Parts: sequence; C-alpha cells; structure tokens
Amino acid sequence: MISPWEARYYRRRMPRWWWARRRSYTTFVLRELSSVFVALFVVELLLLVRSVAHGAGAYENFLGTMANPAVIALNLVALAFVLLHAVTFANLTPRAMVVRVRDRTVPSRVVLAGVYLGWLGVTGFLAWLVVG
Amino acid sequence: MSEQITLRVARYRPEEEDAAPAFADYDVPLRADWAVLDGLNHIKDELDGTLSYRWSCRMGICGSCGMMINGDPRLSCATFLSDLTPGPVRIEPLAHFPVIRDLVVDLTDFLHHLGQVRPWLIRDEEQPVEQGEYLQTPAQLQNFKQFSMCINCMLCYAACPVYGLDDAFVGPAAIALAHRYDLDSRDEGDRERLTILAQPDGVWDCTFVGECSAACPKGVDPAGAIQQVKLAAALDAVKSLVLPWRSR
Amino acid sequence: MAHPPGRAGPEPFVWLLFSAGGMVAALVLPVLLVLFGVAIPLRWVPAPDHAHLLAVLGHPLTRLGLLGVCALALVHAAHRLRFTVEHAFQLGRFDPIIAAACYGAALAGTVAAASVLWAFP
Repeated sequence: MISPWEARYYRRRMPRWWWARRRSYTTFVLRELSSVFVALFVVELLLLVRSVAHGAGAYENFLGTMANPAVIALNLVALAFVLLHAVTFANLTPRAMVVRVRDRTVPSRVVLAGVYLGWLGVTGFLAWLVVG
Repeated sequence: MSEQITLRVARYRPEEEDAAPAFADYDVPLRADWAVLDGLNHIKDELDGTLSYRWSCRMGICGSCGMMINGDPRLSCATFLSDLTPGPVRIEPLAHFPVIRDLVVDLTDFLHHLGQVRPWLIRDEEQPVEQGEYLQTPAQLQNFKQFSMCINCMLCYAACPVYGLDDAFVGPAAIALAHRYDLDSRDEGDRERLTILAQPDGVWDCTFVGECSAACPKGVDPAGAIQQVKLAAALDAVKSLVLPWRSR
Repeated sequence: MAHPPGRAGPEPFVWLLFSAGGMVAALVLPVLLVLFGVAIPLRWVPAPDHAHLLAVLGHPLTRLGLLGVCALALVHAAHRLRFTVEHAFQLGRFDPIIAAACYGAALAGTVAAASVLWAFP
C-alpha cells in the first residue's frame, strides 16, 4: 500500500540510452557485445572444418573467401572484440574465483599470472597444431 | 572577496503543486579543506535554510551523505570542492532511489533487501554463554574482512544499472554482506543464504558491470562477491543434482 | 523472490556453462582468429596444407574438443546476448521469449556443429 507521503515521491526512470551516457557503461555494453563476434567466429571455424572435410578444392575456396579484403576487415573487427573479451574475462577471473591452498588465499596476482600462463600455453599449442 | 564555486543543487519540494524537480544555483566559498558537504552546510546555514539532505559523521563512516556529484555516486563528505573546479558542481539525489525531498531518498527498498539476505551470524545451535566467545584466527578474519567494511551508503546501488532497471534485484551491498557472513568461520548459515540468493532477483541478475566496486568508498568489491556467490550457488546446485539424497 | 525456497531453477547450470564458455572462448579463439582470420589471409603465415588439417581434424579428440569449444562458446554468447538485449533496450519483461530465442539459437548451432564434425571423412 502506498502512503500519501510515498505518493508524492519523485521516481526517476533509467534513460532509454543509459549505456550511451556514461563511458564505463558503454565499455560494459561493448564487452557484452563481444559475444556476437565470438559466435560469428565459431561459425567461421565450422565453415573451415566443413571445407576441409569436402576436400582440397573446397579448402582452397574457403582460403580465397577469407582473403577477401571485406572478410579480413570484418575479422579484424571480430579480433578486436574477441581480444576485449579475452582480456576482460581473464582479468575478472581472480575476483570471481578465490583460490585457497591449505587454508591460505592465493594472492589474486598469482591467480592472474596463472590464467595468462595458461592462455600462453593453449595459444602456443594450438598454433603448433595448426601450422605444424 | 575569496574564491567561489557554484553548486547546482537538485531541489524537489513535494508540498508544492506541480512539483517537478529543478536545479538551483548557489555560490559557496571555495576553500582547500572544504568537501561538498561543507558547501551544502554553508548553503543551509547562510543562503537557504530550506535545503534538505542527510549527513552525520563528516568522516566517511556513517554512510548517510551519499549523492550524485557531477553524475557519479560519491560521499559528499569525502569529495573535495577543490577537485571539482571550476564548477558548476551538479549535485543530485542518489540515483535509482525514490526522492522524498531535495537530496533525500527513501531507504525502504535497500533495507528490505538487506534484511532478506540475513546478514548476521547464524548458528545451527547457539553455544551457551558459559563456554565463552566463538574464537577466530586472524587468517579466518582475513577471509571476510574486506566485505565487512561496508557502511551501507548505497553508492553501489546508485552505480548499478541492473538495480536501476529493476529494483527487485537484491543488489550489490546486500549480496556482499551475505557473502561476508558466508565466509565467516563462526557462521553456519551458508546454505540458507545461498538458497535465498540463488532465487530469481538474486545473484543471477548481475552481469558484472563492475561499477558497484568502482563506486565503493570503502574498497569493498561487491561485484567480486556476487560472482563468488554465483560460483558457490552453482556448485551447490550441481551437487544437489548429482547427490539428491545429500541435501535439503 | 517468489519461488519456493530450496528449488534451484536452470540459472545456476546456465551460468556454469556461460562461465566455462567464456573461459574456453578466451583461451582458444584469439589464436585461431589471428591465424585464420588475419595472418593466413594476409600471407604472414603460410596456409597449412589440406592434408595436414585433414590429419589434425581426423583425430576424434580434436573433433570432440572442437565440439566442446563450439557448444560452450555458443552458450556463452547466447547468455550474454540475452542480458545485453534485455538491459540495453529495457526489454526485461520479454525475458522468456528472448531467453528461448538466444539459448535456442545456441542449441541449433551446437547441433549444426555436431553434424559438421560427425560428417568428417
């Protein structure tokens, strides 16, 4: 029930474009939009796999499409967003996950270093796997 | 004549017909040791006694003087005028809360959310007084100390767009305080609180914008606390799925 | 918080998949995107020949791993997109429809990924 006092409260609403009005909110929305490019690249990866499955000719065609300047430009944008995702996700990890070893909290700098070392390891392994 | 700075203060007078909030400009002395709160007190004492705002301790402990200063949620006692030159300095009531008058907002919703998460020590069985205190090592204190620094100033709620969009969300400070008790070695209420926080309008609404932690004047990290509660609640849900006989 | 206490909805499981997807996407996708999206098309790195990729993808573990990466990354994207759309455009009241569309798309993508990876010679 609303008392007569509450009836005279001034209630504000979030502006329609609230995330465009504050830089930190805009960065946040860009970080969230990185997911669109994550999904886009998953599709590209699957197209690559399909072309490899369809034989050497299809694979050459796929490489040709990827070398199209428009596709390269799109992939550069996608790369910027995927890197934004990777860096923000890695940096937030120690805050979301407290690692305890024998009742002692591992300092977040150590956890962060572990995350980046893991990233380096996976990157090296995948580069070796692809390029050979 | 000493230097002056203009404070552009939001005024809302509910007793007036057609009472739309409006800004009023006041020129106050610009002194090196003056915080925004000193400026407001100058207005109240010397220029316009009708201005309403909350304050108490002037030293960042009571948590009552939070307001939007140039669009940011800040404690007015800890924000210095000399950092805001040349002005004018825009001063508005804390965002996302209903305004009662001028810079005074209604705390009811925040206090409701705070009570929801049971921020006190919960014991399965209280130990009799004769047995003495519940003991705790410094290392055990360190586990939750950061989250116990909260002064309930609600700046994190004013910074949180998720709360701004839907005030059913329990919100940063309440979850951080719930987490503070979950991490306390003397407390046995984890499951009770997890059950509460895992419900709709609990932790899952948070999208880790992170602005609550940026706004906190006491260095608490509510955004981190919320993710840690999510992880605990999610692992709890998996456990009760895999071992249904074990829980609840 | 109207639900009866003690009943966990799907949110905790979706969130776990979202987090795992975010981690996997952060670890795995940047290097592959640099290679196939930029370095190989610009000839900074010679394109791996067809036989090599066929051999790498021929291993069932590669394909299983790739399926996991695709599925998790898609759930991650769906979850983020759901909240971004709801919060940025203030459409929270349409959550059931938006959530169904987002997770549905992720599920469809996962099925497509499985069919592509299973149909490998």
